[in-house]
Amino acid sequence: MRLLGDPQVSTLQKPNGPAPLDGPVPFLSKLHEWVATTDHKKLGMMYVTCGIVYLIIAGLEASMMRWQLAWPGQTILSPEEFNRLFTMHGTTMVFFVGMPVLFGTANFLIPLMIGARDLAFPRLNAFGFWLFLFGSFLLYFSYFGGQGLYGMGSAPDVGWFAYAPLTERTFSRGHSTDYWILGIFVASIGSTLTAINLIATMLGMRCKGMTLMKMPLLAWMMLVDCFLVVVALPPLAAAQIMLIFDRLLGAHFFDAQAGGSALLWQNMFWFFGHPEVYILILPGFAFVSEIIPVFSRKVIFGYPLMVAASVAIGFISLGVWAHHMFAVGLSPMLNAIFMGSTMLVGVPTGIKMFNWSATMIGGKIRFDTPMLFSTGFLCQFLLAGLTGIWLATVPFDWAVSDSYFVVGHFHYVLFGGLLFAIFAAIFYWFPKATGRMLNETLGKWQFWILIVGFNLTFGPMHVSGMLGMPRRIYTYEADRGWELWNLLSSIGVVVQIVGFALFALNLLHSSFKGRRAGDDPWDAWTLEWSTTSPPPAYNFAEEPVVYSRRPLWDIKHPEDPDWKYE
Amino acid sequence: MVDLGSLIWHASMSMLTTAAPVCEPAGTIQPSMFNPAGAPAATILGITWLLFVITGAIAIVVLSLIAYAAIRCRRKDGDDLEPAQVYGSNPIELAWTVIPLLIVFLLFMISARGIFDLERTTPPEGSLEVSVTGHRWWWEFDYGDLGIVTAGELHVPIDDGKPADLFLTLHSADVAHSFWVPQLGGKMDVIPDRINHLWLQANAPATYVGQCAEYCGTQHAKMLIRVVVEPRADFEAWVANQQKDAVAADAAVKEGHDLFLRTSCINCHTVRGTVANGSFAPDLTHIMSRDTIGSGAAPNNPKTLRQWVFDPQNIKPGCDMPSMKLSRHEVDLVCAYLETLK
Repeated sequence: MRLLGDPQVSTLQKPNGPAPLDGPVPFLSKLHEWVATTDHKKLGMMYVTCGIVYLIIAGLEASMMRWQLAWPGQTILSPEEFNRLFTMHGTTMVFFVGMPVLFGTANFLIPLMIGARDLAFPRLNAFGFWLFLFGSFLLYFSYFGGQGLYGMGSAPDVGWFAYAPLTERTFSRGHSTDYWILGIFVASIGSTLTAINLIATMLGMRCKGMTLMKMPLLAWMMLVDCFLVVVALPPLAAAQIMLIFDRLLGAHFFDAQAGGSALLWQNMFWFFGHPEVYILILPGFAFVSEIIPVFSRKVIFGYPLMVAASVAIGFISLGVWAHHMFAVGLSPMLNAIFMGSTMLVGVPTGIKMFNWSATMIGGKIRFDTPMLFSTGFLCQFLLAGLTGIWLATVPFDWAVSDSYFVVGHFHYVLFGGLLFAIFAAIFYWFPKATGRMLNETLGKWQFWILIVGFNLTFGPMHVSGMLGMPRRIYTYEADRGWELWNLLSSIGVVVQIVGFALFALNLLHSSFKGRRAGDDPWDAWTLEWSTTSPPPAYNFAEEPVVYSRRPLWDIKHPEDPDWKYE
Repeated sequence: MVDLGSLIWHASMSMLTTAAPVCEPAGTIQPSMFNPAGAPAATILGITWLLFVITGAIAIVVLSLIAYAAIRCRRKDGDDLEPAQVYGSNPIELAWTVIPLLIVFLLFMISARGIFDLERTTPPEGSLEVSVTGHRWWWEFDYGDLGIVTAGELHVPIDDGKPADLFLTLHSADVAHSFWVPQLGGKMDVIPDRINHLWLQANAPATYVGQCAEYCGTQHAKMLIRVVVEPRADFEAWVANQQKDAVAADAAVKEGHDLFLRTSCINCHTVRGTVANGSFAPDLTHIMSRDTIGSGAAPNNPKTLRQWVFDPQNIKPGCDMPSMKLSRHEVDLVCAYLETLK
């Protein structure tokens, strides 16, 4: 729908820069400003910063596990320590890296991209952030408090999907599992509230002229994502409440020995857990859907189909959870149905792959760091998606479920896919958030080192899984044919550490010394680039009016505006 | 629909199973899925190669598109004109919606066939039926009518020229486990409030290894499985021996025998023919007939046996058996007795 009236191009007025400050701001008032803020941009940056800190912590946890597994029969870590590490690694990466990056970027970008001044409920937004942060503290406090009164425990060691009845008091003494439950429960309340907040913002606060079908693709995918959060997180919260009833109040929901059901937990967990995978990867899709067109200098290919595919992924992903349970002995018919639904989700995902590729073809691509990471995302996520089709195939899943093949597969999704997209997003929007560019040379080095390190770590895992290596084992026998593949994986970690160190260096250096970015360093087309870098608290001097999906393209190319074609 | 599925199924199976790589020499015990030893594992491998070919082709197509764009569609220096803006194309987008749908349909039909073939709830004719109980962290095998209960190692008879079928009924005594011997078939979870079944098959005598695949706590890594497939005569001899009660302790090991029965060993372990009848830990009536101790944690030889009895936590830290605080001399006495339990 086009708005009536002439001219069809809005001249977006730039806000004045931030008011000059009188002398240095005292540390305490600065701290107060950040702690008490309800500004979506500050909260967004705090979310992402916390995500990066937890990324480093969880990455170090993984490195210690790879050190232990580099050779067979090592005793660097005790079995208990190893089991705690993989539990904390998985839980942290999903709930305290993936989720804050999702909500951080959505927080920062959504109001700017839809021409709003903030989220619909700014104080609720701040509340959500602090729930997330203190939830994560609760989880990590288990390292000190998990022993409780029993002299058992420390951090939880039940795995990130915490299968019952291993989590019952009989098998998990002390309070470690209670910390796991409460930490995630608290954080998930924050996540649900923030998702509702974002949905309200996107549905109710778009600027003049921005119909739903003129929203940037990032906003569309975040919208689908937030709906998934609202549908999928409450079942997890419910399951966790039931579990803590079991543990502290003597209920028997999952206690098989007292007539409870171990499978009930699996169903409830994966009803959350599988949509969660899409909750994590959809932001990745969202980032590259914005970045690839800008660096290819072409409009996204097939916007309506991209929207449809995102919505389809949202719906289908709610009906595939039992593919995590192909080996629990469901009936052949149920297995076949869930195999079908899981394979089906490959179709909309495939459509996205093709549309991204078609956007690049015929473009004039600039391979700046964000585009490099996006291209890396495309290639690696393609492989992840294809091994996903393998795993959807029930007989193959019987062979490799719970093996290192699965570990390799989902790290291609979440590391090769999501994390590469996150790096693309950080390099792309860092100038908008801070007003300074990240260093391109360091960025390109980081990209190539991570490409090598990542594939060297997680490629061989597919092989060791098919050679019969189960996941979550703290050591293995020397005669099983797994030595070479494990050693390669561990060497890959060393390479990765170099890449991550470069990134940390780049972030620290560029935050203070980086080249000034200007308002629109990438010559981009969405609304956030029309305001200053960093944007003022009120975002826009006046409410923008848009006539197409690429308002800045219309301004830059008045002779050939988008609204003529959409 | 089923006819189409079965047609594609048989065509692809006959093509792909013969195209599988040459097996490793018999006798090696690497648990690779590329070295199937029976029909279920071979079926799975056939589907794997089919998946490899189809998804490999898709990968080549998409990676070529991306590579083409990355190489041929770069911006040239000084070229500041924007390229032609292409907003989409209905026929092209329809094509890459419909073609993947067809591929998914094809894969679904083939694999659904595989599910119904492999997932059995009744034993195939002539199969050995064993009831398996997963414990933290060892496997108990109950041969039912044969009256044998053993741990960690599963013996299966095979006749010349015929594959040996094995039909397992799976129970758990505590948490969720998963029974997995990759060369003999897929895996099946072992869940406390459920009874599951698993059909495995071996077509050659050998020792096949596997292990628990579902995280079950501290010593999940050392919950190993050995399936000994042996000629029927050897199996019958093994059965005859296992059915006997433990030999009476002769004078030489009397002291160790008494010490064993006096210590709390017997709260958890059974030695048939004595007062030891605990059911919490592996049956020791014929412990010396096994290749390993601690559910595969160590080979069964005099040295490791002594280390194990002295302090199992050194070999399998976190396992439920405590050190009994025996002196070196007492350990020797007990082990001398255990070594008569052949």
